[in-house]
Amino acid sequence: MSEGIGTRVLRKEDKRFLTGKGRYTDDIVEPNQAYAAFVRSPHAHAEINGIDKSAALAMEGVVDVLDGHQLTGDEIGNIICGWGITSKDGTPMNMGAWSALATAKVRYVGDAVCVVIADTKAQAQAAAEAVDVDYNVLPAVSNVLASMADGAPQIHENAPGNQIFDWEIGLKDETDAALAGAAHTTTMDITNNRLSPNPMEPRSAVATYNEAEDHYTLYTTSQNPHVARLVLSAFYNVAPEHKLRVIAPDVGGGFGAKIYIYPEEITCLWASMKTERSIKWTSTRSEAFLTDAHGRDHVSTATMGFDANNKIVGFKVNTKANLGGYMSLFSSSVPTYLYATLLSGQYNIPAVYADVQTYYTNTVPVDAYRGAGRPEASYLVERMMETAARELGVDPGELRRANFVQEFPHQTPVIMAYDSGDFAGNLDQAKAAADVAGFEGRKAEAARRGKLRGLGYSNYIEACGIAPSAAVGSLGAGVGLWESAEVRVNPVGTIEILTGSHSHGQGHETTFAQLVSDRFDLPTDNIQIVHGDTDKVQFGMGTYGSRSGAVGMSAISKALDKVEAKVKKIAAHVLEASEDDIVIEGGEVKVKGTDKAMGWHEVGLSAYTAHNLPEGMEPGLKEGAFYDPTNFTFPAGCYICEVEVDPKTGVTEIVQFTASDDFGTIINPMIVEGQVHGGIAQGIGQALLEHAVYDDDGQLLSGSYMDYTMPRADDLPFYNVNHHSTECPGNPLGMKGCGEAGAIGSPPAVINAITSAIGNNNLSMPATPAKVWAAINEVSAAQAAE
Amino acid sequence: MTKVSMTVNGKARSAEVPDNTLLVDYIRENLRLTGTHVGCDTSQCGACVVHVDGQAVKACTMLAVSAQGSDITTIEGVAASKNELHPMQLAFKENHGLQCGFCTPGMIMTATDMVERYKAAGKELDEQSIREELEGNICRCTGYHNIVKSIADGASKMNA
Repeated sequence: MSEGIGTRVLRKEDKRFLTGKGRYTDDIVEPNQAYAAFVRSPHAHAEINGIDKSAALAMEGVVDVLDGHQLTGDEIGNIICGWGITSKDGTPMNMGAWSALATAKVRYVGDAVCVVIADTKAQAQAAAEAVDVDYNVLPAVSNVLASMADGAPQIHENAPGNQIFDWEIGLKDETDAALAGAAHTTTMDITNNRLSPNPMEPRSAVATYNEAEDHYTLYTTSQNPHVARLVLSAFYNVAPEHKLRVIAPDVGGGFGAKIYIYPEEITCLWASMKTERSIKWTSTRSEAFLTDAHGRDHVSTATMGFDANNKIVGFKVNTKANLGGYMSLFSSSVPTYLYATLLSGQYNIPAVYADVQTYYTNTVPVDAYRGAGRPEASYLVERMMETAARELGVDPGELRRANFVQEFPHQTPVIMAYDSGDFAGNLDQAKAAADVAGFEGRKAEAARRGKLRGLGYSNYIEACGIAPSAAVGSLGAGVGLWESAEVRVNPVGTIEILTGSHSHGQGHETTFAQLVSDRFDLPTDNIQIVHGDTDKVQFGMGTYGSRSGAVGMSAISKALDKVEAKVKKIAAHVLEASEDDIVIEGGEVKVKGTDKAMGWHEVGLSAYTAHNLPEGMEPGLKEGAFYDPTNFTFPAGCYICEVEVDPKTGVTEIVQFTASDDFGTIINPMIVEGQVHGGIAQGIGQALLEHAVYDDDGQLLSGSYMDYTMPRADDLPFYNVNHHSTECPGNPLGMKGCGEAGAIGSPPAVINAITSAIGNNNLSMPATPAKVWAAINEVSAAQAAE
Repeated sequence: MTKVSMTVNGKARSAEVPDNTLLVDYIRENLRLTGTHVGCDTSQCGACVVHVDGQAVKACTMLAVSAQGSDITTIEGVAASKNELHPMQLAFKENHGLQCGFCTPGMIMTATDMVERYKAAGKELDEQSIREELEGNICRCTGYHNIVKSIADGASKMNA
C-alpha cells in the first residue's frame, strides 16, 4: 500500500495550518469572556509586606483583583514536583512550597503575586500596573556556585544551604580504583548553558466555570492534557477530575516547556469560579522568557581513564544543577535519571560513577527542554572523548570505535540495558556521507582563504520511549508512563483513532494514520486521529521524551490487533471460512485462495447491524489498549560537524552538518527528517547562539528576542541526514524515537569542530564570535610568549 | 475610539476601535481572522506578517488606524479560491515546510512578498538570498531546511 510504513506521505494536518485555519488556544473565544493579567515580582527575592489593590479595582473594566491569600484560602494546593529523588544519605528531596500566587515571599523575577481580571486585555494589563505591592527586597542568587556558597541567601526554609538533594549513581569504589590505575586520564570542567525553550506559540489558557453544572473547561497549550487534568484535580484541588475537561487544541510547539502545569492555568480556572466569567490569558513573549521553565544549566567536572590500549576503564562525574526558585513538575528527574543513566554513552565502560547536587536559585524553575538531561550527558561524554583523543594523539573516530558497545543486550553500570544498535555502522555511514577522507584537502583550501576549518564528531546515545511504569515508579516517578489508544471502526468502515499522545508539530495525524493504513490497506483519508481532549480520549500520558512512536503507536498497534482479530472472526463467519484463511487487502476482507470476499465497509456494517454475527459475539467494532513499555528505547547515531572560523572576527560558519541516526523502524521518512532538522537547529542554537542569562541579582538579561539569540535561517546550514537503523526489540513496531536526537547529539559535534579548528579546547557554549575570537587570541598569545 | 475602514481579503471592513489598537489585534480580535499570529512583543518573530497595499508588514508594528483605507491581505486571503492553495502554500506542503504551523502564515506572507520583490527587481532568489530575507521570521521547529526549500519551490511555482 502506497501510504503505509516507510512512505513519505504528505501531512494530513497541513491544510488548516497553511490556510490560517489552525485553532490555537488564543484563537478560542468564549461567551462572557474576561481577560487575566498577572502582577509579577520585579525582584528576584523579596518578602511581600502588603498589597494595595484599591487603585486597580477602581479602574474601568476591572472585574476583580485576586491574590495568593484568597487562592490558598480556597484550598488550592501548592504546585508539586512529581518525581521524588532520594539523597545519598537516604533523605527525601527538599521540595519547597510553591503557591500559584505567592503569599509571603517571591523567589524569582516574574513570580506571580496577583491576577487582575478585566473586560478587555488592555484594561487588565493597565490595572496590573496599578496594583501596588510593598516588597522587602532580599539578597538573591542566580547560579549554583553562588547558591551553594557559605552565607548565601536562603530561598526555602526546608532546604538548608539551598540544596534540594545530593544523589549518586553507579560504582563509586570501582570507578575510583579504575581511575587510580589508568594509564591516561582526561579531566574537564564542563558547563551546559541555560536555555529558554521558546516554542513560537506563547502559553495560553481559556478557563470557564459553569456554575449550573459545577463544571470546569480549560483550553490550554499543553503537551499532555490528561496529565494536566490529573494534577489540577488530584494535587491542586481545582476540581474533581470528572468535573474538569482539559482541551489542548492545536499547540504551536512545545519542546518540553508545555509539559508542566503552570501557575497561570491554575489561577485562571480558579478565577473563573470566583468571578463567574470565562478567563483568557495569553503570555506575552516577555512573560514567556520570565516564566516558561528553562532548560539545562549544569556545571560539571569529569574524569575519564584509559588503559594502555586506549580502552576506557572508568568515568567519574560530578554535576551541580540549578533547578531555579521552585521545583517544576519533572525537574528532579532531568539531572538524575534522564542524565546520569546515559553517561556510559555508546561505550563499554566497566566503571561509571556520578553524583549530582541540585540547588535552588532565584531564577525561573528549570525542567525538561528537548532532550532533557540527555543533551547534558552526550555533551559531557562526547567532549571528553574528543579531548581524550587529542591528548592521546589518536583519531577521534577511531578512539570511539575502539570502545563501542558491540554486543546486545548490554548492561551499563548506570541502570540502562541497551537493547540494540550498530554504532560502528552509524560512524561509517556518517564518515562516508561527510567525506571525512577529503577533510584535510578542504582544510588546506580554507587556510588559503584565511579560514580555520575544523571537524568534530559526536556519537550520541539517548534513552526515550519512556518507560516501563514499574521501573520508573521504583525510581521515584509519581505517574506510570504507558500510553492508551482506542480504535473505532465506524459502520461505514472509516476509522477514528483516539490517542493519549498529543501532536504539537510532530505530524501524528499523518504518521498514526499510516500505521492503520498499513495494517488494513486503507487510504489515510479514511482515518482520523483524535487527540488532545479529555472528554474524547479516556486517558493518556501525552507527548514528550520522544515517546509517541515507541509507546503511543505501540498502544495503537495493540488495539489494531484486537480489531483485526474481530474483523477476521466476523468475515470467517459470514463467508463460511476459517479465520486463519482470512486476509485483509485492497479494501476487502477475503478468503485466501478463493474469490469469496466482503468489502471492508461491509464488515463494519455487519458489526453494527449485528444481524449475522458469530454466536456470543458483542456487536460493534471498537477496541482499546493500554501499552506499557518493556524497556527504554535507545536511539543513537553519529553526527559530524564541519566548520569554518574567521580568525579576524571569531565568526563560525557551519559549512557541513552530517547525521547518521538509528531510530529503528521509520514510519514516515519525511517527517522523521524534519524532526532531525529541527533538533539539530536547536542543538546548533545551544552551541553557537543561545544563552539564558541572569545577572548576579537575579534579573533576566536575555528577556526578549532582541537579547536572546534565536537561530535564524542565515545562521544555519542544510543538514545531510542519513539513517542506518537496527530494529528495536522492545516494542511491536521496532521503533526507537526521533524527536530529540538532533538536539541531544549536535552540540558536542559543533564545539568539537570549532575547538579543532582554532586549536584551543578552552571554549564554552554558546561559542559566540567574541568567545571564539578570544580563544583564538589566547592561543596566539601563548605562541607569542614561547 | 476611531472608526477605521479598510479592504481585507477583498471585502470592505470597518469598526470603531481604541486609537492604540494594533493592526494585528484588529485582524485577530475584531475581524476574527486568527490565522495571523502573535509570537513576540518586540517585532522580531514575523508570525504576524500580512500584506498592506501589496507589501509585507509585521501587523504588530502598525496601528489599525494607520491602515485606514488600505488593502490588506492575510493568510486567509492568499489563495485564489477556497478550494485551492496558493502556489507557495502548496510548496510548503510538498516540501514539509511546516511542523507546528504557528509561524507558517507569517512565513508564507513573507515568502510571497519576497518572490514578488525579486521578480520586480529582476534579481535571482537563490538559497542564500532566501535565508537572508528570512531574518525577520523565526521558526523553532523546522531548522529552516525545508522552509528554504519550500520558498525556492514556491518561487518556481509562482513564476511558472
